[in-house]
Amino acid sequence: MKIAVISGKGGTGKTTVATNLATVMKATYVDCDVEEPNGFIFLKPDIKESLDVTIPVPTIDTDKCNHCKACVDICQFNALIHVDKVMVFEKLCHGCGACQAVCPTLAITEEERPIGRIQIGTYGEEGMACLSGTLNLTEPMAGPIISQLKGRLGQETSLIDCSPGTSCNVVKGLLDATYAILVTEPTAFGLHDLLLAIDLVEQMSIPFGIVINRVHESHNQVSLYCKSKGYTLLGEIPYDRQIATLYSNGELLVRQSQYKAMFHEIADGVKEAMACSSSL
Amino acid sequence: MKICISSTMDKEGAIADKRFGRCPYYAIYDQATKDYHFIENEGLAEAHGAGLKAAQTMVDQGVQVVITGNVGPNALRVLDAGHIKTFAMKGNKVEDQIKYYQAGELKEITTPGAPHGGKGRNGFGHQR
Ligand code: SF4
Ligand code: SF4
Repeated sequence: MKIAVISGKGGTGKTTVATNLATVMKATYVDCDVEEPNGFIFLKPDIKESLDVTIPVPTIDTDKCNHCKACVDICQFNALIHVDKVMVFEKLCHGCGACQAVCPTLAITEEERPIGRIQIGTYGEEGMACLSGTLNLTEPMAGPIISQLKGRLGQETSLIDCSPGTSCNVVKGLLDATYAILVTEPTAFGLHDLLLAIDLVEQMSIPFGIVINRVHESHNQVSLYCKSKGYTLLGEIPYDRQIATLYSNGELLVRQSQYKAMFHEIADGVKEAMACSSSL
Repeated sequence: MKICISSTMDKEGAIADKRFGRCPYYAIYDQATKDYHFIENEGLAEAHGAGLKAAQTMVDQGVQVVITGNVGPNALRVLDAGHIKTFAMKGNKVEDQIKYYQAGELKEITTPGAPHGGKGRNGFGHQR
């Protein structure tokens, strides 16, 4: 069972929700925000395993190449260019293998190119599993890392901390999720970004609930909007100094009993909502 | 010799386009016949590698000089490999570029501009 945590933009507290909720739910935590993974800062796991993520890119044997350009024509990603020989632009290559398949002279072989890494560990007293992916700097393609992270999950309850925004990396994180938690802020900007996120999960037919972070007063425009639309409001995280301090020290909020109760409530709301949507 | 100018339109009198990979048309001027010939930029719809595709077109068209505004690092590498010289446009009309070029008034582009037309690393739709 996969629960995806998303937000219309970065910096809304998505990781705060994902890490604290994973802790109270005793769930596997998966950091799919591979461009800026920071969940492990809060979970402080014991890293058990660390491995490279690679994609296969073509290398061309110029002696065998007859310059037919079949590979250049088949590549959908413009990663191959023919001038007086075939040039490979590795960063554009998606490792699809089409060029190798069409080459009539078998001039193309594949070589594994690292684009990032995955870390696997355990966190908390019960030693729950956690995974985190990191895309190497200047690499453009997060997709293969997200897929590999998710490929390692089984039936256990897992919290998927997605990339911010509504890009294809978020879609990859949301794929096959049973439920989505949308994190936002109680401002006009927050509402705008929330609408984008709602649009995305509704298109993907994923049931969802909303968590509002940095709440000054409970009658804010986002909570009122949720009520008017009948959306599930899972919880509101207050705006207070202690939370900000814990966060900047890289501490989980659930260490403090009052916040622990708050995340238990959110977790109960998630379980209830999932039970309802699965019985529909 | 053939000279290519990135162009906003496919007719004479067109305004030149500063985007090498993302302009709608290419004006190809043949110095021998003094004629323009316009082609569509097929790479315009590409999500990635539009500049590379454009550079491939230049090679395939047998162009020896490109005049444009901004060329990304990958495209510049291909143009280089194809022994195509790249110059920075001046003023705005396509025809003016030829005049400036023939008068030796254009500066060669040797360092790439922002890749991918200045977009972020995930392209459009990426929000932070
Ligand atoms: S593997 Fe696919 S993406 Fe990579 S160069 Fe070959 S055809 Fe293009
Ligand atoms: S398909 Fe093979 S033979 Fe043809 S250009 Fe590509 S590498 Fe060379």
